[in-house]
Amino acid sequence: MNSTVTQSGRVPTDWKSSAMQARIRRRYRSERGFRLAGLAAVSLSGLLLAFLLVTMAMNGASGFLRTEIKLPIDFADSALIVDQQALAGPNGMAALAGADIGGITATAADEAFGEGGARLLSDGAWLSVSRALVADPALASGRTEIWLPASTAIDLAAKEKGAPAAEARVAQLKQAGALRTSFNLGFLTGSDATDPTVSGIWGALKGSLLTMFVTMALAFPIGVLAAVYLEEYAPRNGWTDLIEVSINNLAAVPSIIFGLLGLAVFINTFHMPRSAPIVGGLTLALMTLPVIVISGRNAIKAVPPSIRDAALGIGASPVQVVFHHVLPLALPGILTGTIIGMARALGETAPLLMIGMRAFIAAPPDGINSPASVLPVQIFLWSDEVSRGFVEKTSAAIIVLLVFLLSMNAVAIYLRNKFEQRW
Amino acid sequence: MSSIVILFLVVGLGAIAWAVGRGRASLLQRQSGARSHSLPNYHGWYVALWAALPALLFLLVWNNVTPALVVDRTLAAVPAAEMPATPMERGALIAEARGLATGAIQGAFNPLAETLAPVYREAARFYAIAGTALAAILVFAGAVYGLSRVKPDFRARTRVERVVMLLLLLASLIAIVTTIGIVLSLLFESLRFFSRVSPIEFLFGTTWSPQTAIRADQVGSSGAFGAVPLFWGTIFIGAIIAMFVAIPLGLMSAIYLTQYARPRTRRIMKPLLEILAGVPTVVYGYFAALTVAPLLRDLAVSIGIPNASSESALAAGLVMGVMIIPFVSSMADDSIAAVPQAMRDGSLAMGATQSETIRKVLVPAALPGVVGGVLLAVSRAIGETMIVVMAAGLAANLTANPFASVTTVTTQIVQLLTGDQEFDSAKTLAAFALGLVLFVVTLLLNIVALRIVKKYREAYE
Repeated sequence: MNSTVTQSGRVPTDWKSSAMQARIRRRYRSERGFRLAGLAAVSLSGLLLAFLLVTMAMNGASGFLRTEIKLPIDFADSALIVDQQALAGPNGMAALAGADIGGITATAADEAFGEGGARLLSDGAWLSVSRALVADPALASGRTEIWLPASTAIDLAAKEKGAPAAEARVAQLKQAGALRTSFNLGFLTGSDATDPTVSGIWGALKGSLLTMFVTMALAFPIGVLAAVYLEEYAPRNGWTDLIEVSINNLAAVPSIIFGLLGLAVFINTFHMPRSAPIVGGLTLALMTLPVIVISGRNAIKAVPPSIRDAALGIGASPVQVVFHHVLPLALPGILTGTIIGMARALGETAPLLMIGMRAFIAAPPDGINSPASVLPVQIFLWSDEVSRGFVEKTSAAIIVLLVFLLSMNAVAIYLRNKFEQRW
Repeated sequence: MSSIVILFLVVGLGAIAWAVGRGRASLLQRQSGARSHSLPNYHGWYVALWAALPALLFLLVWNNVTPALVVDRTLAAVPAAEMPATPMERGALIAEARGLATGAIQGAFNPLAETLAPVYREAARFYAIAGTALAAILVFAGAVYGLSRVKPDFRARTRVERVVMLLLLLASLIAIVTTIGIVLSLLFESLRFFSRVSPIEFLFGTTWSPQTAIRADQVGSSGAFGAVPLFWGTIFIGAIIAMFVAIPLGLMSAIYLTQYARPRTRRIMKPLLEILAGVPTVVYGYFAALTVAPLLRDLAVSIGIPNASSESALAAGLVMGVMIIPFVSSMADDSIAAVPQAMRDGSLAMGATQSETIRKVLVPAALPGVVGGVLLAVSRAIGETMIVVMAAGLAANLTANPFASVTTVTTQIVQLLTGDQEFDSAKTLAAFALGLVLFVVTLLLNIVALRIVKKYREAYE
């Protein structure tokens, strides 16, 4: 009643007036602007991701390739003293231990390419010569041509990133047909080295896999059991609240704090070996545990109570209800959470630095107790290297790490979509 | 025999005990004809648990006790006159003897170690054989006892389930143990640090130069532990620069994807944004150091900013902001979705445009949730390590110039602990004090954020 009285004296709004039209235009303009701003934010975020990935791919693609130089070596003419029988035997590499393969290679390079020819080859080129000799002992008695990895300067020049002097040399070699670019298998099978042309990631990858194995073996069973207890059996009391609060807090603790814990407890108190996958795995397991417990609880919570009631109704004990019925139904959800947690652990660097995993390790680890490096730490160490040849190796290692992580995430998404049930 | 082999043997024997117990239970059941209380399976598990558990517990204790016993025995063989005086020398001697005995080293520096090596080997073998024998006895005794209990009316299931429940409880206690471990290890080392450096100086001092002097007259090693420049650097990078990137981008992305985007776009873009959160931080760090930092330095030089550092706060902060985008975006997404539909419909019915509805109704209503999400994002940003280690500097500057180099708490923790130094120098202990501060601050941020989010959820339920 009141409103009609107050409105009755007013002139009705002229919606068609130019002032009103301008106002509406302004409002619509701001609507479009806001919408565009949103679109811009999404696109910018997407572009940043694309920029990041493209930068890594462009820098890293050439890390999978290596430049090789064809080197003629005349072993008969050289000072090679080696027992042909031993070379052909099972311990061929040991038979070559006394021979000066490095010297022979350097001499041959100087002969073939003139003064300073040895510097065209990688510092690890003699290893390839040794391997070639072991593979075919008959070579040792004659003249042969072997493709050897080129030095960093030549390698970069051949990929058009090098210095002018080296590029001239590359052009020269190319004309002679003594230069080729091939897939760098050594990058996937080798370990860390001081020379970027012979360094590889297998050592770090194996360390990562061993560490993940330890993490998985500890965090998965403990996480699932803890989730089952908290979701199905825990009485509502102070203790349970305390457990819940500490799990939720642990999920938010910065990863470096877990590294400090690992350092203080596992290394300084229990005197476990520094830099070993077992310590890394233990530390990362503590970090991953809350993730698995939380996702496990959500998956168990999603199983409808009717399933429990039905099982109880036909005489199953509470333990049987959970282990025979609830857990199998919740497993896809638990696995999804576990994979995501493991992917996070695989990319984690800071806690592993704390427990000493930053040493130069030139051989793949033998077991969970031997010193190892892991892929992210290897990336960190290489990014600190002065030699320019490591730039593309770092990016290539990043590509390998990202491929692993993205495929793990893809598996998690696939699992979620395939087994997700709506009750 | 290594302990792994023994472990597998015990587990294998446990499996055999399981099979025997199960077979016996089903046999008894068939003979008596009466229905037994538990399924044969549970009788099997009962016997297996009796066979394996006591032996495993014994091995755990044994393996932790025997090394000390072996050392005692070896030292008992040392003639009193030649006994090294200090525990450290004794330790070195034992280490050499152990190396010789296990074949890890070929020759010993100390001639005494050569004579001790056989003693050590003998003692180690004695305890290994004794341990294996005792474990074997325990396995068989346990299995026999378990088997003797197998009767049709024996409540094996109840017993087995009690063990399962105990296991579940133990698993859930790991979280508490971890929390206590973190708090205790940080507190213990921090207290040792604060006994050397006063907490007042640490929390309020403005000079950070952790190089402690080895000689008294050394230059440039003041050993100052004033952490304010570190706290400022952490806040500057993590809470200011990173949030300048993450809040607008994250919030606008969430608004666009929930309110404007077609379902198809949303289905594609949301996981894509989440990839940003899945990229490892070491990759971001490399990206910041190799690509972003040089770009920013050139930019700063070209617009005439003097002494621009290639390790600028801006590079680290910007990249960290990009990393945080999906975090802010998903929190904002959740809080906007929690605003009741009626509020949105009401606003639209009054003639407000969609953007007016969002700006004047949805965002204000969702604000507590968004703020909570931002606090969580800040707590994640200040605990982030690799980006700042790789892209931010080490110089502890108290500056607000984003092109200058600042250092953060996490950078310094890594820096203090990865050099070569003895463990209980003030320098390494300082890392634990910084860790304690970081832990407390992130914890408080999380508690406050979760409380805000929870309160706000309750308001709309």
